Amino acid sequence: MQRFILSKKNQVALISAILIVAGFVSLYAFHNETAATWVFAIASVLGIAPIAIQAYQALWVKVVSIDLLVTIAVIGAFFIRNFEESAIVTFLFLFGAYLEQRTLNKTRSAIKELTEMAPESALKQGEDGEYVEVEVDEVGVGDILLVKTGAKVPVDGTVLAGEGYINEASITGESVPVSKHADSGVYAGTILENGTLQIVADRVGEDTTFGRIIELVEEAQDSKSAAERFIDRFARWYTPAVLALAAIVWVFSRNIELAITILVLGCPGALVIGVPVSNVAGIGNGAKNGILLKGSEVIVDFSRVDTIVFDKTGTLTVGNPEVAEVQIYSEDADTVKAYVASVESESDHPLAQAVVDHIGETKRFPVKNTNVVKGGGVVAEVEGHAVAIGNVALMDQEGVSLSELARADIAQFEVRGNSLVLTSIDGELKALIGIRDQVRPGVKGDLAKIKKLGVKNLVVLSGDNQGTVDRVASDLGLTEAHGHMLPEDKSAYIQNLIDKDHIVAFVGDGVNDSPSLALAHIGIAMGGGTDVAIETSDVVLMNSDFSKLPHALGLTKATASNMRQNIAIAVGVVLFLLASVFFSDWMNMSIGMFVHEGSILVVILNGMRLLNYKLKS
Amino acid sequence: MQKATIQLETLTCPSCKMKIENATKAMEGVDKDSVEVLFNSSKLKFNFDETKVKVEEVENAIKKLGYDVKKSQVKSI
Repeated sequence: MQRFILSKKNQVALISAILIVAGFVSLYAFHNETAATWVFAIASVLGIAPIAIQAYQALWVKVVSIDLLVTIAVIGAFFIRNFEESAIVTFLFLFGAYLEQRTLNKTRSAIKELTEMAPESALKQGEDGEYVEVEVDEVGVGDILLVKTGAKVPVDGTVLAGEGYINEASITGESVPVSKHADSGVYAGTILENGTLQIVADRVGEDTTFGRIIELVEEAQDSKSAAERFIDRFARWYTPAVLALAAIVWVFSRNIELAITILVLGCPGALVIGVPVSNVAGIGNGAKNGILLKGSEVIVDFSRVDTIVFDKTGTLTVGNPEVAEVQIYSEDADTVKAYVASVESESDHPLAQAVVDHIGETKRFPVKNTNVVKGGGVVAEVEGHAVAIGNVALMDQEGVSLSELARADIAQFEVRGNSLVLTSIDGELKALIGIRDQVRPGVKGDLAKIKKLGVKNLVVLSGDNQGTVDRVASDLGLTEAHGHMLPEDKSAYIQNLIDKDHIVAFVGDGVNDSPSLALAHIGIAMGGGTDVAIETSDVVLMNSDFSKLPHALGLTKATASNMRQNIAIAVGVVLFLLASVFFSDWMNMSIGMFVHEGSILVVILNGMRLLNYKLKS
Repeated sequence: MQKATIQLETLTCPSCKMKIENATKAMEGVDKDSVEVLFNSSKLKFNFDETKVKVEEVENAIKKLGYDVKKSQVKSI
């Protein structure tokens, strides 16, 4: 019975609206007061039923809810035979709840669209080798699945057989289809545009990259900032306090009308819902634009940022370095190159790969005793010769003396914006390789927008030499540039900024700068959906799209100010209502409920504006 | 210990959140600190001791409060 009444709340609101109109018609058109009173009384009883049930259920789990305030107010109105007001108040309360539900669903729509992209079914290979369609929850790690053209990949897995093109936009934001064949990795939630793939499940459900993204966004939209937690605690005591206040007023003034009016006016609706609404709409806008914002604390912090520190490689630059210049200090250039290629192919450092790509096909020697020197390079043994490949610091460390000529070359290479890779064999410098990395297109304009949004310091930190970093900084209009930085130097630099009371954001690709991402107030990862980046950072720019950064900053500023507006509206309305009940004679229960429900809708509509937020260019 | 994720009908009033939270915390065998009601995604998450309470019992308590349970998932942790 209780559930039946609750499920028909909207119909109850409609019927009581009709009854209220009928009551007014009989009152003013037919001057039949008795009939009108009966009609209003019926509307009140009908309307209060679902509200009273909710109030009772809440009390049962020790919550003093708004419903209780309204229920007591309506019972009070019955006592003083004010059926007209009790009918209007219950109707407004129910109708308000209906509108809230409708508008709240709108603010949540952006994130809902994202979660609805989750795969639901899969074709799983049974013991007889046939494929049967099963719910995606029934797929376990190691199961073999078939993905047909047009279907969603149900899990993160590896292709066993078949070929096809997959649209990975849901993970990377990049909608150009990617070719997949045996041994390729595939991601849950991506769509096979053509071909047929047989895959083995590696990760399922919430453990897939897509599942993690969804979980993260869901947690984020419900995460609370310190201010919000305060409001929550406040609301927990506020409602009982209003109840107590009304009781005190009644005891002392014996004025039921005034007491029940206070009950209705005191409902904390807009205050409780205002901040979460801004939060969910802001995060929803971000999700739609390939920006993951991890919660409302992040939004508040990022909106106040005054210093943004950038990693260079992979962030300001494309992160795809290419060899630009080579100088060999040896008669036998081929052997030197072959040694270099042999050692560098052991490393997965981006500069090492650039070198290997540049040298191309050559003789390869077996490499022994490979030792990676952090922030320097690599040392190894090839055919009994000691080979060291790395930066100038590594050469110093290995005791390699640099000739006058070599020093001049190094200076020249640096001025031209090269990263340097030096090679010594048995303590003698044999090769100098200059590598350049293209600046991402459009970065300069994006940085200008960020400055315009009020960020004072734009800093680049890099493990590269000072020459290269300076060049990037002056090309892009950054305020500071520091080279020769090891990962721990970067985090020390950020700690220093934090100690000086700057609000610091760090932008990196999450590959070797996780400490800095974690340390900065706001860690921003340029992640093509990589796990580390998603875990450690506060903001993720999907598909490594740098142009999303100004939008992200503008959005958090708009969202933070939207939250402040909503708090101001909510507090202002409550103060206004309380003041007018004590200092004016026109305030009554119905007007109070109308203003109260109105203010809830105003904060929701205000929050909804964020869904369409765009950065002004 | 097991971890349950229950998808509820769409939640729209903030006091629903408190009601569901309190009702879940009141169940014997539910780890109180782990109870989390996600208002916007309308989900309830909590850890519980499967020897003391079944997930169906928690579901029933919530249904009794007047909220539909759409889907529930239990994972060992």
